[in-house]
Amino acid sequence: MTTSVPTIDVRNVSKRYGKIEALNDVSLQVEQGAILGMLGPNGAGKTTLVKILSSLIKPSSGYATVAGYDVAKQTRQVRSIIGLAGQSAAVDENLTGRENLVLVARLYHMSRGESRTRAGELLEQFNLVESGDRTAKTYSGGMRRRLDLAASLVARPQVLFLDEPTTGLDPRSRNDLWDVIRELVKAGTTVLLTTQYLDEADQLADRISVIDRGSLIAEGTASELKQRAGSEFIAVQAQEHDQISKTVEVMRRFSTEEPAVTEHDRRITVSVTDGSALLAGIVRELDSAGVAVTDLSMRQPTLDDVFLALTGRTAEETAEGDGEGEDGGD
Amino acid sequence: MAVTELVANLRAEARWIVQDTTTMAWRNLVVTTRSPELLTFVTIQPIMFVLLFVYVFGGAIQTGGSYTDFLIPGIIIQTVLFGTGQTGVGLADDLSKGIVDRYRSLPMARSAVIAGRVLGDMVRNFFVVGVMLAVGLAVGFRFHGGVAGAIALPFFAIFFSIAFHFMMAYFGARSKTAESANVASFLVIFPITFLSSAFVPVATMPGWLQPIAKSNPMTYGVNTARSLAQGGPITEDLLLSIAWIVGITAVFAPLAVYQYRRAS
Repeated sequence: MTTSVPTIDVRNVSKRYGKIEALNDVSLQVEQGAILGMLGPNGAGKTTLVKILSSLIKPSSGYATVAGYDVAKQTRQVRSIIGLAGQSAAVDENLTGRENLVLVARLYHMSRGESRTRAGELLEQFNLVESGDRTAKTYSGGMRRRLDLAASLVARPQVLFLDEPTTGLDPRSRNDLWDVIRELVKAGTTVLLTTQYLDEADQLADRISVIDRGSLIAEGTASELKQRAGSEFIAVQAQEHDQISKTVEVMRRFSTEEPAVTEHDRRITVSVTDGSALLAGIVRELDSAGVAVTDLSMRQPTLDDVFLALTGRTAEETAEGDGEGEDGGD
Repeated sequence: MAVTELVANLRAEARWIVQDTTTMAWRNLVVTTRSPELLTFVTIQPIMFVLLFVYVFGGAIQTGGSYTDFLIPGIIIQTVLFGTGQTGVGLADDLSKGIVDRYRSLPMARSAVIAGRVLGDMVRNFFVVGVMLAVGLAVGFRFHGGVAGAIALPFFAIFFSIAFHFMMAYFGARSKTAESANVASFLVIFPITFLSSAFVPVATMPGWLQPIAKSNPMTYGVNTARSLAQGGPITEDLLLSIAWIVGITAVFAPLAVYQYRRAS
């Protein structure tokens, strides 16, 4: 195919379930070999989009192509060039790791010999050789995810959909999985990754699309998005509650924006430009205002700050706010 | 040109359906051997029925000959029918897990998920029939209908079950959980197997019940199996059995595939 068409091309896709609008007019493009991070809280519509792109469900309106194939009409072609892993895929608990991979390979219509060879390769690649002949129900969460990812790679897909690949994993397993994903991208696979972990999108993705309540609300590189949230943050923790207002007054002088206050830990945070140059001044002025400080820190904005700046809510608040995610759906 | 191409496509498609079905049947059989409690359950329960009917109820049932010879063909048909319930349970179980999304994301034949489950369960049922025959022979059952009938009996039993595998697949695809699929299969299979000639001669039932028991497909199946084992006229029962099997399958196989597509 020609290179002018993006490998993933989504045009004005909407998906409604009755009155619920799971996706609202979403458009996005991913070039070949790129990795797009789709960032949003639970229930934002990430899984719905992945299911549409992997031909599991049809959009209510709009259309999308993957490697030039219409995901609603050319389902057989789409399925033969994609891999799907994460919460919307799964492994068979009663089969061993090896059998799981052989089963998938056979369903891709590889020969018996090829299937066995490919299963062996993947067990090796995903560090599952020792546990390859144990049933998957004995696997830890991290091993299961690795097997799931391996299963999605059996047919060497051109396009890989990773639906919250590390949700529920401990930090170490998450780091291991990140390394694996980085290797894949190096090999030229086009990846669409959904996540509700802001650092995950930051770590892995070239570009990030932020999705909230079924709509894309921002798009850009991690650093572009961070700029929208202010370049740096300085946080001061006052020793006493009655010093909060005095602290806010001091901090206001260093920023064009209103400082944010969290009452319970007496922390005042303000977004600034060139924070390191301001630190000494802030300390002096707090001192002369008679504020006793227990903690003062400067940090780079995280994507949490981005989400807050874009929506006025933190990602966690949103996730708690609509407990009914798309994940248990259809 | 276009026609030969179409034929070639259809032939390739048919080949994939067969291969995918075999692959899925292999998967189901491997899973079955991993759950010995399932195999134990599907064999122990019919063995208990044999012992119960031969030694507890059998003395009170008059069949005009050996009750064991009367019972075993019936209980074999009953066993394969109870075995079909697992088709629905397994399908409902798969549907309640993410594994169906994995299958759906693969370029496989969709109908192979159901056909493979039915095929795997038929193979398992064949094994169970073997166990039942062995138990029957141990408690005094004998073939009196010749070698051909003896060989044909297990094959007929499995053939007879096809229709019910698809019926159960339909209920399984409709059920939200394995438990409700189990209940649904029981509610269907229980009356079908007991309101029949499997355990007692229909003539000993009350007058109002006899027409129901006589027109029950189970009765035709059991009578056919009995004729295979014991000799005697078979044609009418065999033809009516086949008619029922073809009819039920023609209704429930497409329904099961349709329901599965809807559910997944």
